[in-house]
Amino acid sequence: MKTEEFQKEIRLRAAQIIASAGGSHIGGVFSSADILAILYSEILARSVDGFIDSFILSKGHCCAGVYSALNVLGFLSDELLDTYAQNGSPLMAHISHHVPHVEFSTGSLGHGLPFGIGKALASKVKNNAKHVYVLLSDGELDEGSNWEAIHFAGHHKMSNITAIIDYNKLQSLTTTYATLDLEPISAKFEAFKWTTLRCDGHNIQELRTSFLAPHNNKPKVIVCDTIKGYPIDFMLNQVVWHYRTPSAEQLASIIKQLNRVYQ
Amino acid sequence: MFLLVGDLGYSVIEPFQAEFPDSFYNIGVAEQNMAGIAAGIASEGNQVFTYSIGNFNTFRCAEQIRNDIDYHNLPVCTVSVGGGVAYGNMGYSHHAIQDYALMRSFPNMLICAPTCPHETRLCMELLVKRRGPAYLRLHKAGEPCITVCNDPIIPGAPRFIAGNKNSTNAILATGFATQGVIDKIMQSDQYALFSMPAWGMRFREHVQSFASNYMRIITLEDHLMDGGFGSWVLESLAGTIHASKVYVQSLSLESIGKVGKEYYIHKLSNLFDIP
Repeated sequence: MKTEEFQKEIRLRAAQIIASAGGSHIGGVFSSADILAILYSEILARSVDGFIDSFILSKGHCCAGVYSALNVLGFLSDELLDTYAQNGSPLMAHISHHVPHVEFSTGSLGHGLPFGIGKALASKVKNNAKHVYVLLSDGELDEGSNWEAIHFAGHHKMSNITAIIDYNKLQSLTTTYATLDLEPISAKFEAFKWTTLRCDGHNIQELRTSFLAPHNNKPKVIVCDTIKGYPIDFMLNQVVWHYRTPSAEQLASIIKQLNRVYQ
Repeated sequence: MFLLVGDLGYSVIEPFQAEFPDSFYNIGVAEQNMAGIAAGIASEGNQVFTYSIGNFNTFRCAEQIRNDIDYHNLPVCTVSVGGGVAYGNMGYSHHAIQDYALMRSFPNMLICAPTCPHETRLCMELLVKRRGPAYLRLHKAGEPCITVCNDPIIPGAPRFIAGNKNSTNAILATGFATQGVIDKIMQSDQYALFSMPAWGMRFREHVQSFASNYMRIITLEDHLMDGGFGSWVLESLAGTIHASKVYVQSLSLESIGKVGKEYYIHKLSNLFDIP
């Protein structure tokens, strides 16, 4: 499936399972869906039956996007996907390592990057070709554990790790600007000795260019400017869609808009 | 196998670092990162040991131990030096007196609290073989060896050290605190002294059968009572006729925040006044 189809299918399937489960976090799933689309369709090196590279979802509450991507690739059946967040399902509402092709459970923020750095370290020592990708939220960068990890990776010139920031500029109560302003975000990463790129997180070509850009013997971060709820008109840039479940009418509108935007 | 340290271990870790430079990392004063990195390294098929003082690589990164290491059942051993009040005059921040309470609350965690260097070596053999989440609580360097049995350590199984095997009073001790009663045991035939160098939530199966052999069981630890080793024994015997046999010797609230040599703080709790 082409990346452009992934963009629609991840959102479509995620919206459906979130609505069925009465779940939350659709806004953040939609802001990160294009990042997931290119990762799973183009970037992550594949083996015969899985992945050579590692992808860690540190913003674990957006797992519906990952589960949907795995479903698109045929790694997660429709039947299993439909059990999302239901009684006894392995698909908990934060990413779970009990799901095939998911390596690490998260839910509490600030855990994915240190773990990913550990994997990258071990791979470097083993001299294998694994690259580790970690997707973080912007609000998550409030956690000090991330900065410990960022400091470490920069100091050790870890060029087999890429962090991606879903910078939708909203967190739990209000904007990142009003909570704990992350700007100048790029300068911060550069000061910690990371190769730093910034792009439109909904533009596949810009994402592609960023993922393929050289590391220059450093860890790399791609700060992706995104919009929570993109591209659904009634969801754009609203904190409430971190929490709210789409109603039946809203789900129908979501499906209609996705079919129109991603023809 | 990897060793990660939190910017500690001066004059201790250098030989390992020199011999295995690719397996050693000083993570810096960043324990949450150390625990997270340990989990990541372990997830790639390695066994990892993290090392710091008492409370630093336990409480500071408790969530990482809980979620990243224990929940994923990864072979990471958290090694703490300075268990109990070994760093007596350093003050409360350096007194590891609630570490059992924290670490034993994690379902897959094996607690290893050896009494002496001999048991430490046996614990290491167990840890390397078992390859799971573990907590190894050390004291300080230079302790005498008080055990001789070379049988492999079985988690949850008491090991006879000294005293009168026919006594009806058993002392069941864990960790360095065991050393504090050796003299008393040698001078009396009232007690049988056992160590329990490995225990935890999933390793209770031997406690009842042990308890059935004695009229009194006195547990001993250099840790507060709440959430400690004695509490673990009591929980293991809850609802049985043996529960009332248990007496817990532990550090008391009198030891909180006190400064001084280890024996001084132990005395404040009457730690070794065995009933």
